[in-house]
Amino acid sequence: MTNISLEAPEVVRGQPYPGAPDNWKRFFTFSTDHKVIGIQYIVTSFFFFLIGGTLSMIMRGELITPDADLVDRTVYNALFTMHGSIMLFMWTFPVLVGLGNYLVPLMIGARDMAFPRLNAVSFWMVPVVGVLMLASFLVPGGPSQSGWWAYPPVSIQNPTGNLLNGQVLWILAVAISGVSSIMGAVNFVTTIFRMRTPGMTWFRTPAFVWSVLGAQLIQLYGLPALTGGAVMLLLDITIGTSFFAPERGGNPILYQHFFWFYSHPAVYVMILPVFGMFSEILPVHARKPLFGYRVIAASSILITVVSGLVWVHHMFASATPSWMRILFMVTSMLVAIPSGIKVFGWVATIWGGKIRFTTPMLFALGGISNWLFAGITGIFLASVPIDIHVNNTYFVVGHFHYVLYGAIVMGIYAGIYHWFPKMTGRMYYEGLGKLHFALTYLGTALTFLPMHPAGLMGMPRRVASYDLEFAYWNVLASLGGFLLGLSTLPFILNMVSSWIRGEKVGNNPWRAYGLEWLTSSPPTVENFEELPLVVSGPYGYGRNQPLVGNTPNPGLTEFPESLTAMQSDEL
Amino acid sequence: MTAERVISQDVEATVRQHQEHDAAGNSKFGFIVFLLSESVIFLSFFTGYIVYKTTNPDWYPPGVTGLETREPLINTLVLVSSSFVIYVAERYLHDKKLWGFRIFLLATMAMGGYFLLGQAVEWSSLPFGFKDGLFGGMFYLLTGFHGLHVLTGILLQTLMLGRSFISGNYDNGFFGVEATSLFWHFVDVIWIVLYTLIYVWQ
Ligand code: HEM
Ligand SMILES: [Cu+2]
Repeated sequence: MTNISLEAPEVVRGQPYPGAPDNWKRFFTFSTDHKVIGIQYIVTSFFFFLIGGTLSMIMRGELITPDADLVDRTVYNALFTMHGSIMLFMWTFPVLVGLGNYLVPLMIGARDMAFPRLNAVSFWMVPVVGVLMLASFLVPGGPSQSGWWAYPPVSIQNPTGNLLNGQVLWILAVAISGVSSIMGAVNFVTTIFRMRTPGMTWFRTPAFVWSVLGAQLIQLYGLPALTGGAVMLLLDITIGTSFFAPERGGNPILYQHFFWFYSHPAVYVMILPVFGMFSEILPVHARKPLFGYRVIAASSILITVVSGLVWVHHMFASATPSWMRILFMVTSMLVAIPSGIKVFGWVATIWGGKIRFTTPMLFALGGISNWLFAGITGIFLASVPIDIHVNNTYFVVGHFHYVLYGAIVMGIYAGIYHWFPKMTGRMYYEGLGKLHFALTYLGTALTFLPMHPAGLMGMPRRVASYDLEFAYWNVLASLGGFLLGLSTLPFILNMVSSWIRGEKVGNNPWRAYGLEWLTSSPPTVENFEELPLVVSGPYGYGRNQPLVGNTPNPGLTEFPESLTAMQSDEL
Repeated sequence: MTAERVISQDVEATVRQHQEHDAAGNSKFGFIVFLLSESVIFLSFFTGYIVYKTTNPDWYPPGVTGLETREPLINTLVLVSSSFVIYVAERYLHDKKLWGFRIFLLATMAMGGYFLLGQAVEWSSLPFGFKDGLFGGMFYLLTGFHGLHVLTGILLQTLMLGRSFISGNYDNGFFGVEATSLFWHFVDVIWIVLYTLIYVWQ
């Protein structure tokens, strides 16, 4: 295919960065283009992924022997706290916001987000949060050691007596990241409700957009509760109020409620967009419509609601009364239903399809399989008797890493590979991509599977040393951890080199069906010269239906009759 | 196909115009979403208050038996009526009567100022402080956090007052004023709940 050189269309209204969409300098400016911001989010958070990963490998180095010999115990505490916090607040949340930022306006046929400047401000808070987090390594006493959930009374102790300590910095960082997330959520929800192009009714809106909507609604109702708790925690540490201080009559359990009221749904803030990406990627590479699209789309909203009603399953062992335990055990199991529906829909989608095992497809399938496994251990943990037994053991660590690494990180990789040609106009190297997949999948299993037996045997989490009987599983997990570290190398190599000199593949190399593929790669500044007019639902593979009734970018003759009237035999 | 196309192009023309020129509508929608989210922070503080109060039989600091309600009630009345005043201001703006708008906006600010002053007087006369037990903590947290919102509201009103002197400022609608007024109603409603929880339910 020839690549058409794209003049930036005349509609460009005083963009704050110099030049066309292939000018790399714009990534270093305060740009308000959602595509630039999306990539800024993705690249910045990947940088923090590497930092968080480095910390995890120091931990795995410590844990490869039973004794606490590599680092001091307090250092170990700081390591798991910072590792968890960075991985969640600096990598998973922002990278998914980045993907959403890039894709949502394109998928709904908008020129940008509803509030472009607010969008840029939200992004530029991310580096600030990162600096605050990392600065805590430099203050006396070091970073917070109270884990990513910062439970009092541990988190309100202040042994150094300094006002500027690791815990205070941690709270400030989390608070700023919360402000950034709320602003982002307002932006996404407004965009999705009000900026859909003509003809894009709710049930023509891609499943990814639905899932982002579900996730961002959770941010809106959940994050403020955590903010409330964090404000009270900060007052306890700095001023000396007694909200959560048991020795002064406070109630530390209340903090746990505030924390988990947000942080359980927060898991769905992370997994929902990944579900959405699975729902987009599978149809493209299996050449079949998404099975049960409406149900899959609506189940995202169901998850948004139900996930707000399960938080106490993190507190089964926090002196929770038994009526509450039973109630929340039931709701926790209920939340598995919409997730199960989705898995069923995905399996039915690829069933009998013409599957192309491209890298994004491999990552998506791998991610789904890991999600299935994590879902099963999750049901175990939701049942009170089992959770009382394995609570705070490595079984839990194994479970949530299967979600976080196995499903979410793999899903993010799938999304990055799948839309890489859209973002850059070039193709990644398939061989390196497959190598990356193999290393990641094996590494995930090798690192996180052994944590399950170790946990069932009783190995507690958050310890720098352990009994000899757990050594076997820990050596395996450590080797796996280093393998995962290694696995990022082919990815980085692939991304950098294919962005610079990968093969130019035109605007729609996957022959995919969707508005984002109706514009050039990389898309021009305001995405569409003329807003697309949607005349049918998404995933029209094999249906021989046009997607749009006009030609959104008249200059792009290259489109194979494209989505305006795709031939079913071409699919 | 062609008929469909004609119709949809028609739709597009209208909707596109709507979409590209309805930035104010977006802002209003976004602002309401934001306020709903903000109210959850208050909700979580309120929940905390209720939990603390119902689980601690003697939660007033030693020597404190309750709160004086008379001045706070006057304060409440002032704040609640200021919501009507700002509404009137908004109506004036609708009718393009700028001076009416300015005068009623000023009146709103004065009433908000009176409220804050009353709050400060009350704080300085109380026999307990922020660190005096759960009650002290919750009392100052709730009234203080709400007071910050009142202050923000007054600052926004000042801004709107200043901008009303820029000529042509209202050519593209007056989302800023609408948002300010919405925010003021929000602050008002929160106060009513807060007043009920802290002063009425003793
Ligand atoms: C190379 C890959 C990874 C390895 C080897 C790894 C390893 C570890 C280890 C050893 C711990 C501490 C367990 C303990 O002592 O209790 C931990 C905790 C944790 N990790 Fe990872 N991890 C990896 C990737 C991730 C990712 C990608 C995420 C999130 C997206 C993540 C989120 C967390 C969280 C939230 C905690 C809990 C921290 C706490 O206890 O407060 N990890 N991880
Ligand atoms: Cu949970």
